[in-house]
Amino acid sequence: MNSAVFAPWEDPQAKPLIQFQNVSKRFGDFTAIDTLSLDIFEREFFALLGPSGCGKTTMMRMLAGFETPTEGHILLGGQDIDPIPPNKRAVNMMFQSYALFPHLSVWENIAFGLRRDNMPKPDLTARVEEMLRLTRLEQFARRKPHQISGGQRQRVALARSLAKAPKLLLLDEPLGALDKKLRQDTQFELMDIQEKTGTTFVIVTHDQEEAMTVASRVAVMDQGKLMQVATPDRIYENPNSVYVADFIGDVNIISGRATSSAEETYSIEWAEGQAPLTATSATAFSAGQSCHLAIRPEKVTISSERPADAANAIQGKVHDIAYLGNLSTYHVELPDGTIIKAQTANTRRISRRSFTWEDPVWLSWTATAAVLLAA
Amino acid sequence: MRRAILIAVPYVWLLALFLVPFFIVLKISLSDIALAIPPYTPTLDLSQGWAGVRDFFGQLDFENFVWLTEDDLYWKAYLSSVKIALISTVLTLMVGYPIAYGMARAPEEWRPTLMMLVILPFWTSFLIRVYAWMGILSNEGYLNQFLLWTGLISTPLTILNTQTAVYIGIVYTYLPFMILPIYAALERLDGSLIEAAEDLGCSRLQAFWLVTVPLSRPGIIAGCFLVMIPVIGEFVIPSLLGGSGTLMIGKVLWEEFFSNRDWPVASAVAVVLLLILVVPIVLFQRNQQKQTEAGQ
Repeated sequence: MNSAVFAPWEDPQAKPLIQFQNVSKRFGDFTAIDTLSLDIFEREFFALLGPSGCGKTTMMRMLAGFETPTEGHILLGGQDIDPIPPNKRAVNMMFQSYALFPHLSVWENIAFGLRRDNMPKPDLTARVEEMLRLTRLEQFARRKPHQISGGQRQRVALARSLAKAPKLLLLDEPLGALDKKLRQDTQFELMDIQEKTGTTFVIVTHDQEEAMTVASRVAVMDQGKLMQVATPDRIYENPNSVYVADFIGDVNIISGRATSSAEETYSIEWAEGQAPLTATSATAFSAGQSCHLAIRPEKVTISSERPADAANAIQGKVHDIAYLGNLSTYHVELPDGTIIKAQTANTRRISRRSFTWEDPVWLSWTATAAVLLAA
Repeated sequence: MRRAILIAVPYVWLLALFLVPFFIVLKISLSDIALAIPPYTPTLDLSQGWAGVRDFFGQLDFENFVWLTEDDLYWKAYLSSVKIALISTVLTLMVGYPIAYGMARAPEEWRPTLMMLVILPFWTSFLIRVYAWMGILSNEGYLNQFLLWTGLISTPLTILNTQTAVYIGIVYTYLPFMILPIYAALERLDGSLIEAAEDLGCSRLQAFWLVTVPLSRPGIIAGCFLVMIPVIGEFVIPSLLGGSGTLMIGKVLWEEFFSNRDWPVASAVAVVLLLILVVPIVLFQRNQQKQTEAGQ
């Protein structure tokens, strides 16, 4: 990842390309976007992630100009774009349904936007050919959209929206209609094209894996609000709420009460008759404050003996095993009935698996493995 | 065996209800007028045997078709019919397209009601509706009364028994045939295509001309043919609403048949009319076929 080098959001001098300033959008009584502020920087690959109905598509449609904010302003390159109609914005959109013109060939679809700008013919031909090369569609130029496959259609839609060299490209669930294998290939292709063209991409998706793969930053949304905006690794490793932790990947949530035991270290009372758990947290918790402990399954070690040096160790028995090929997820039932998931890599053949159903096991993790979240 | 029967059904249907009547009309058109019942000669007399059949075919000739070219009434009537059909098709399209567009853009729950309203006139007899137009358009009709009342005119307009009345009648009668196929095409139109066109730099109007119109073209073509083909042979509207100046082949045919009792010439007029109509019908079929292929 180039995020180590490319991080304009950490530079206070950097000027954002897009600014949402306290934007609200209401449809009748329904609030789709609730006083939301967000900066997106040039050359970013920004993902809006959330369940359906969270307002991510409304945000994209406001950027494209199909909706105007009820309150607040959206700035593009410092200019308020609210009064600018969609056809006058330096923003192009790739539609979820691709919205290819069925009566025009692939070539004419890509040329459509350029013709509206009255681009001279030689330049237009050169630009269309360039787009066809970029998306590897040269041999399909003369075909109509219904004569090509879904993956090719997706690339035509991408080529068409990139042809006008927009300042900002919006992608609405761009890979939703493709099967899993093709989707994965296309994700890398998208990143490649984004890097080559240097265009700012904003992608809307409900697929967290897709958002994590392609994006430089991810915004997790729920009910018209931003829950967290951060790089994929920070979203995964340091979620700021139970909602984000639960939405991104698999997680075990243990509820309890935190008490400070050392600097930035807390012990958590979580069940009667169980030793308190230890976790570090930069956020301060008052004594006895109720909290949630979020632990990713892959950070939980499963063993038959109690590990000597583990900060946290709980005993339970194997309730279920989900075999995924490369990984196995063990569902371990604690004495009080709680299920904790632990994931291990299957480095050995399945016949030599150490644990099986009903085996008593120990679960352990370090003090830094879990994230302590306020309830 | 079952397949043969299945295939035979439409052919028998076509033979009995289309080809046989057509050949009867064709035969009459080749006959001569006679003061008899039926009013033409020869009639096939099978009691004479083979000689009778030979005699029968010997008496058939193309005299009536030659007559159609000699009297300029006929070709003028054909030409005038085609002209009226073309103009009224364009007028119907101009009225029908906005209506169909409005219906397709209306909220989804309204659409069945709007569709119902378009079809509603069919519940009343076509003839009664045309008579109703006579009541509206006549010199003492509702339209003139209304215009006089508003003070827009001081003397009644003469609309009934003119070409204008014929166009009004045709546009009114055939409007549903224009609206329905265009509506079907527009309703299928994906709204995101218009948004995509706007996103790529089209104004609303450009998006309409570059996306909406081309994609509704099959509907426009179907609607135009559905209006034009029957209008060419239209008889009721010109004879009730049109004046003596309105020349249409349907009216000529009716007069030949009932006023002159010249069945052979009337049949010849009908056969030529059919030949004229074959061209647009074939084109229409082609359009429909292309549409089905594109839909697959």
